[in-house]
Amino acid sequence: MERIPILKMGSFLLVTIQVDMHDQLALTLQDDLTARIVADRASGVLIDISALDIVDSFIGRMLGNIAGMARVLDAETVVVGMQPSVAITLVELGLSLPGIRTALNVDRGMELLRSARNGEFGGDGRQDG
Amino acid sequence: MSKTRLPDIIAHHEKELLNEWLQHQNEALSGRRDRIPETQLRANSQDFLRALNEALSKNAGADISRPEWTSMRDLLGEFSRNRATQGLTPTETAIFVFSFKQPLFAQISAEYAENKRGLADEIWTATELLDKLGLYTAEVFVKNREEIILRQQQEMLELSTPVVELWHGVLALPLIGTLDSARTQIVMQNLLEAIVARSSDLAIIDITGVPTVDTLVAQHLLKTVAAARLMGADCIISGIRPQIAQTIIHLGVDLSGVMTKATLADAFQLALKRKNLTVSRS
Repeated sequence: MERIPILKMGSFLLVTIQVDMHDQLALTLQDDLTARIVADRASGVLIDISALDIVDSFIGRMLGNIAGMARVLDAETVVVGMQPSVAITLVELGLSLPGIRTALNVDRGMELLRSARNGEFGGDGRQDG
Repeated sequence: MSKTRLPDIIAHHEKELLNEWLQHQNEALSGRRDRIPETQLRANSQDFLRALNEALSKNAGADISRPEWTSMRDLLGEFSRNRATQGLTPTETAIFVFSFKQPLFAQISAEYAENKRGLADEIWTATELLDKLGLYTAEVFVKNREEIILRQQQEMLELSTPVVELWHGVLALPLIGTLDSARTQIVMQNLLEAIVARSSDLAIIDITGVPTVDTLVAQHLLKTVAAARLMGADCIISGIRPQIAQTIIHLGVDLSGVMTKATLADAFQLALKRKNLTVSRS
């Protein structure tokens, strides 16, 4: 059975999605990820979607689910590497993935997770000062 | 209807037809004589007569969309485009064809001197055909103008949405002009590509140059902000004029999820603060 590999980086978990997602693969990923968050006591999950040309409502929902599950287990989730064309399509379709943090690339994502762990976050990170 | 004798008439009297026709053309274009050299007029006219005879001798009839008229249509299309480039009006361009009627009718009258029935039929055939050809010329002219306008619109769209880097990781997007859905697409594309290229996490969208903000424009702005956020960049909307602020509230537009500042200077200050940078006097 194919599964998406989950890598450990310090206290974070890194997932790179490089293949087309189908139901079974998504469910397996959710199972594996929640298990690993607990086993490794991870405080953050980084999901890299830079290889995806298409993100539909199914994948959007899956990302939302993973973020929710991780939060329940006291871990933050950041989605990184969205391609410009994907971002435009999602926005045109009205799927702006609310409640999911995003960053440009893995480096930025890690910074975000570190500052979250250090408690520097406020709400969705939006500040008007 | 009896068979038309137009091909023969034109072939036998080509020289007289040509000369009389050129005379009429010159009269019609008298104000603009200097724009089109005599040699060009003559060459155009000869080509026209040739193409006309070619199609008529194949019994093409008056339906100019048929394949027999293809070389005539190509000829007239090219002719019309050239005239348009030379600055002539659609009427002046179509006169080329219509001024051929008078000399042609004169020859037809001579040919059918005794045959009143045949004369009427022949004149009708000739006029129907020349009307269609003349109108075709005018149509190509208009279509050409429309293409030019479209191309200029496209160029304007591309020119007017630059993205500039104000500081490392801080982009500025000064919007000038109205924001319709076509422009929003281009703005989004430019912005997102710049976010990736310059690795920015902050973008300031300045709308000082946007004359009106209605619910549609607001929607487009919010879409752009959402798209940038998906790529990990936050947006600040600046350049909100007092009038615009009033309009936004009256329309009930919800900008609560977006950072807004009155001026670009304030927005830049906020951006620096978010990057933990300060400006000090040396």
